[in-house]
Amino acid sequence: MLSIDRSIVDAIVAHARRDHPDEACGVVAGPVGSDTPTRHIPMDNAARSMTFYEFDSMEHLRVWREMDDRDEEPVVIYHSHTATEAYPSRTDVAFAGEPGAHYLLVSTREPDTEEIRSFRIVDGVVTEEPVRIVDAGVDPHAVQSYMFGQSPATVDYECSGS
Amino acid sequence: MAIEVRIPTILRSYTGGAKVVEGTGDTLGDLLTDLDTRHAGLKARLVTDAGALHRFVNVYVNDEDVRFLGALDAKLNDGDSVTVLPAVAGGAFGFAAAAAISQHRAATAAVAARRAAVAAR
Repeated sequence: MLSIDRSIVDAIVAHARRDHPDEACGVVAGPVGSDTPTRHIPMDNAARSMTFYEFDSMEHLRVWREMDDRDEEPVVIYHSHTATEAYPSRTDVAFAGEPGAHYLLVSTREPDTEEIRSFRIVDGVVTEEPVRIVDAGVDPHAVQSYMFGQSPATVDYECSGS
Repeated sequence: MAIEVRIPTILRSYTGGAKVVEGTGDTLGDLLTDLDTRHAGLKARLVTDAGALHRFVNVYVNDEDVRFLGALDAKLNDGDSVTVLPAVAGGAFGFAAAAAISQHRAATAAVAARRAAVAAR
């Protein structure tokens, strides 16, 4: 299963809509071994095509080095299909080179709704997996929440000393 | 002294899981031949039967894509760092069409490299 924050999914969908009808592509990095995507990195589609995507080789090197330096790995590799369903094509399967990644596909063929599906692609075998979209506000893994400089939603009067 | 080679996850089955291996060679082709003596099968994943670098594998010497350094003929020096990354590519396209595009692009890159070499003379 892929668990991914709603704000990241929203950013991926926005990227896919922005580049439509060309295919959009990118990465969500996360700490090594965490299986948690935390840092969205939209990539250029060097192919600039409606039916093909390819990372620019120099951007690819730069981003992969940066992940290495930060002890991150590509947790999610995403791209859009702009006229077909969000299912890996034969091309996607043939080129899938990151066996540890979740391959997220977004279809933008419908103008009002997006189809979002996730797959593992290992040794040419495609396995679909559920996608759990996590709202930061109800993140079950969160142990604390912080508020910075905003009006607090609740005020702790216990501290007033009265 | 040796040349450090960074191996991507998908090819670490050839290196016993090692992320970084070392080899020697005056050119990228020589280096891959040297690596293959200890990591049998690795070269075949990077080089086609016709003896060219696979289109959908990116190889870098230090910070440069080897396609612009002469591909397998790219010159290496002691202390260089070579990075291998499988290209991230795909799309809704049919495979035959993608292959045709890749060949076209490889040819275009070769022409560009040749032009650069001529300009450098």
